Amino acid sequence: MSEQALPQGATERLETAALEREIARLIVQGLNLPVAPEQIDADAPLYGEGLGLDSIDILEIALIVSKQYGVVLRADNEENERIFRSLRHFAHHVAAHRTK
Amino acid sequence: MNSGSPPLFLQEGPDSIVAWRDGRPIDARRFLHDARALARRLPAGRHILNLCADRYRFAVGMAASLLSDKCSLLPPTQAPGLIRELREFAPDTVCLTDDADCALELPLLFYGDAIDDGPQAATLAPARDGDWQVPRIPGSQLAACIFTSGSTGAPIPHRKSWGRLVHCVRAGATQLATLRRQGCAVLGTVPPQHMYGFETTVLMPLQSGAALSAARPFFPADIAAELERLPRPRVLMTTPVHLRSLVSAETALPAVDLIVSATAALPVSLALEIERRYATRLLEIYGSTETGQIAARRTALERAFRLWPGVALELIEQRCWAQGGHIEQVTALADEIELCGPDRFLLHGRTVDLVNVAGKRSSLSYLNHQLNAIAGVIDGAFFVRDDRDASLAGVTRLGALVVAPALEAADILAQLRQRIDPVFLPRPLLRVAALPRNETGKLPQQTLRALIAQAAAREPHLFA
Repeated sequence: MSEQALPQGATERLETAALEREIARLIVQGLNLPVAPEQIDADAPLYGEGLGLDSIDILEIALIVSKQYGVVLRADNEENERIFRSLRHFAHHVAAHRTK
Repeated sequence: MNSGSPPLFLQEGPDSIVAWRDGRPIDARRFLHDARALARRLPAGRHILNLCADRYRFAVGMAASLLSDKCSLLPPTQAPGLIRELREFAPDTVCLTDDADCALELPLLFYGDAIDDGPQAATLAPARDGDWQVPRIPGSQLAACIFTSGSTGAPIPHRKSWGRLVHCVRAGATQLATLRRQGCAVLGTVPPQHMYGFETTVLMPLQSGAALSAARPFFPADIAAELERLPRPRVLMTTPVHLRSLVSAETALPAVDLIVSATAALPVSLALEIERRYATRLLEIYGSTETGQIAARRTALERAFRLWPGVALELIEQRCWAQGGHIEQVTALADEIELCGPDRFLLHGRTVDLVNVAGKRSSLSYLNHQLNAIAGVIDGAFFVRDDRDASLAGVTRLGALVVAPALEAADILAQLRQRIDPVFLPRPLLRVAALPRNETGKLPQQTLRALIAQAAAREPHLFA
């Protein structure tokens, strides 16, 4: 056990940040968004204001994350408001439920 | 026809099933009880903006409005500007909503769990056979007013009488024979406030004795889960966008006896794929807010649409007009149509000015009007993007060119968001020094295309 090993929480934070960037890239590519992935504010809302996505985009994002990570989104999930609150929340959800 | 008084629904007897919610049946006795209870709570005005997302509550709201001779207002979008214009159109409008957080600037009537938790079916007044009677509504009664975006900026109301609505969906139900099979259940992915959703997921089930699902599934997994909970025969009323998402996500569905698609052109390849993958029949419906639905085809097998009985088309000076059947007055269609027989036609796409984004319809002239009405915008024009390799079938996206030196792109988008439905927001919004208008003030398509191509070359990231 190396003394330089990061505490577990820090490792998770790093992994989520990497996943955030990966998802941002997939979304920008998949939706042809007029922004660079690194320009997406991880704390801005995905839907409506903020990134300005609409329901068709959300359907496309659902396809992207089901293909890439095996995460299945459901409309009746009571967590949805939290999940789509921002890229950061969304990445957390994907990290917690990914099967690939 | 406006003659006669069609009943509120065709379900026979108080125990027949009107709706399914969360896997549980709701019978006709309960439906009528809920509709009458809600009718007593409706305020004095004549107009009800029915925004209930739960399809059963929407149906109760519609029935309550019909029972108290009120008109249901169905807007295509809830953009704040449109709600303002709605208020001008009908100042007595009250909004019926099942969203506790609804923040529209209208008097609100909340229809939530308080009503749902009313008396259970067993405690409702027992209806002896002789007592049971489904209310009849005069055919000439104004039942609904459905809005589309007009080319001048103001939303255009389309008034629908009860008799003609019923006539239309009953004619449709003869083509969608599955609906009339015993115990049929109907699931929809389209909101009931949209003409197609209103007709196929609320009126059609009620007027053919089929049960409607209260659910409004969105993601592929939602559709699969809700279908699983419904009895057979099952019918899915949906759109090319949702069908494409089912195929792309390789979603497994339980047996579905009929799938119906409308709102945008259904690619033949997608129709074939859906029929093969789900071993079902897929019908594509053709219609418009003005005419209601008027025709259908089995896209995987045939090119021509078959008109509803009684409806006729006629070409006059290169425009196609529809009349007969449930259509009140001769109506021009917004599509390029080729007639091939008395009840058959081919569809060749939309006429130029109209745009259809995921089933929401607008016109470029309306969108341009809204863009140019923003303070600080000197000139601006929307265009339809034809470069985009959309992964979802039938999804058109728009862009816009704008001359507004004092405004940031974000400001313009924020203003537009107040005025138009978000699906029409330009992506990209390109800021230019001037638009290449000709001497008559028109924007020749060729010049416009060249300007867009230049912008794309200059800022490729905007076009991805």
